[in-house]
Amino acid sequence: MKLTLKVWRQHSPKDKGRFEEYILQNASSDMTFLEMLDALNEQLISQDKDPVAFEHDCREGICGCCAMMINGRPHGPNAETTTCQLNMKAFKDNDTIVIEPWRARSFPVIKDLVVDRQAFEKIMEAGGFVHMDTGSAPEANTLAVPKGKADEAIEAASCIGCGACVAACKNASAMLFVAAKVSQYALLPQGKPEGGKRAWNMVAKMDELGFGSCTNTGACEVECPKGISLAHIARLNREFIKGGFITLVAEEE
Amino acid sequence: MSNFFVSSIGKKFVLSLTGLFLILFLVVHLSVNVLIVFDSTGKLFNQAAHFMDTNPLIGIIEPVLAIGLVLHLVLATIITAQNQLLRDVNYTGNKRYQKSNTRENSSWASRNMYVLGTVILVFLVIHMINFFWKIKVTGDPLLNEATGLEPGVKNAYALVTGLFVQWKWSVLIYVIGAIALGLHLYHGVWSAFQSLGWSNRKWRSILSIIGIIVSLIFAGGFAFIPVFVLIQDMVC
Ligand code: SF4
Ligand code: FES
Repeated sequence: MKLTLKVWRQHSPKDKGRFEEYILQNASSDMTFLEMLDALNEQLISQDKDPVAFEHDCREGICGCCAMMINGRPHGPNAETTTCQLNMKAFKDNDTIVIEPWRARSFPVIKDLVVDRQAFEKIMEAGGFVHMDTGSAPEANTLAVPKGKADEAIEAASCIGCGACVAACKNASAMLFVAAKVSQYALLPQGKPEGGKRAWNMVAKMDELGFGSCTNTGACEVECPKGISLAHIARLNREFIKGGFITLVAEEE
Repeated sequence: MSNFFVSSIGKKFVLSLTGLFLILFLVVHLSVNVLIVFDSTGKLFNQAAHFMDTNPLIGIIEPVLAIGLVLHLVLATIITAQNQLLRDVNYTGNKRYQKSNTRENSSWASRNMYVLGTVILVFLVIHMINFFWKIKVTGDPLLNEATGLEPGVKNAYALVTGLFVQWKWSVLIYVIGAIALGLHLYHGVWSAFQSLGWSNRKWRSILSIIGIIVSLIFAGGFAFIPVFVLIQDMVC
């Protein structure tokens, strides 16, 4: 199939950037979106042009690298699908596809479609961890976790840190990401010791790094490739508010 | 703790609480207003309005309400301004794709709470000039018409119905105000609970339904009364 691709090109973080249009003659509906971009890059290289920089690693929907805005939707039009898992069957012959990097103050563009998502790492460093003994793994069944909680924690933990939630949000808020990361610990006994302060510290970091605040539009949930639920944001709010009162009564902590 | 009210969630905590508190006011206000529909002599409504005007408890609650409203406005303004500022880089693609938040992933009301709030505020000012100001401060000849109740009771019923009958287009303003309020509540009710952390998978759908019901009751109720007065005048 023949495609017209409008791709964001930007040499460096400082470059202003612009859209460039390419015609890709023989894309196939059997390709994934990234394979289609590979084909575009081969074409560009054969024409002695600079290939389009885009991030990718696992190509199986688990690393969260393949961040890009496709026709105004993070990870393209399909629900709960990362760009690498997006099949070109979602497009038709002669389609025009607009491809842009994530846009948010806290996700500056490095090159073309690649953005710097280190802000997420910094949020994790502020509280996305548990303290525990090292050594050999303990017997799995020594700590009983109710099924419902375990399922909810696993869902939260399935967040791949791709940033689509920020990209989709009209406030460039990272609440869904932070909520998933807080939830995966808050629901489990291992996460309890740091419980009171985790949400507090991670949200403080999120605010400091220039992510907006959540106005519950729910766009993030719809666009999240892992289907992370807004219910986690409610839990984050709960944890944060609780944390606020804990610090109020126990200042010495 | 001092940071609590500066943090993004802390600000929304206050925004949500004040929002829910303001709903209480709507409940009282609508309960009084429906008396206009149920009693066309206006006696019941005048009695209720008199009670609201003179009861000391209401006198205490009024300033609290005003503070709640101001807090709600100020926080909404700060939150909206900050969010707009932080979304300084936006999508440039084709016109169709400029907005990240679209109707495919979110409701119009949820994306336009501040716009809706502004419409409600403008309406509120017009509404206060129409009634509150006249009853409390300047007075109006209509207020002095006989009510059939003990002397000293103002004829608020005559003032209210008089406005809609004399300036028929004012009904339109009231209907627009009611619709804006309904849309604001449609997103606001469940959103407030969500921001307070009072939601989960199950409660989310229940809260959304409650939000829709609340929104329909107030939008429908407040829009119906002026329309009813107008129709009543045309029929009788
Ligand atoms: S919550 Fe969803 S959209 Fe956000 S980073 Fe995690 S996987 Fe990506
Ligand atoms: S490349 Fe790893 S999730 Fe897409």
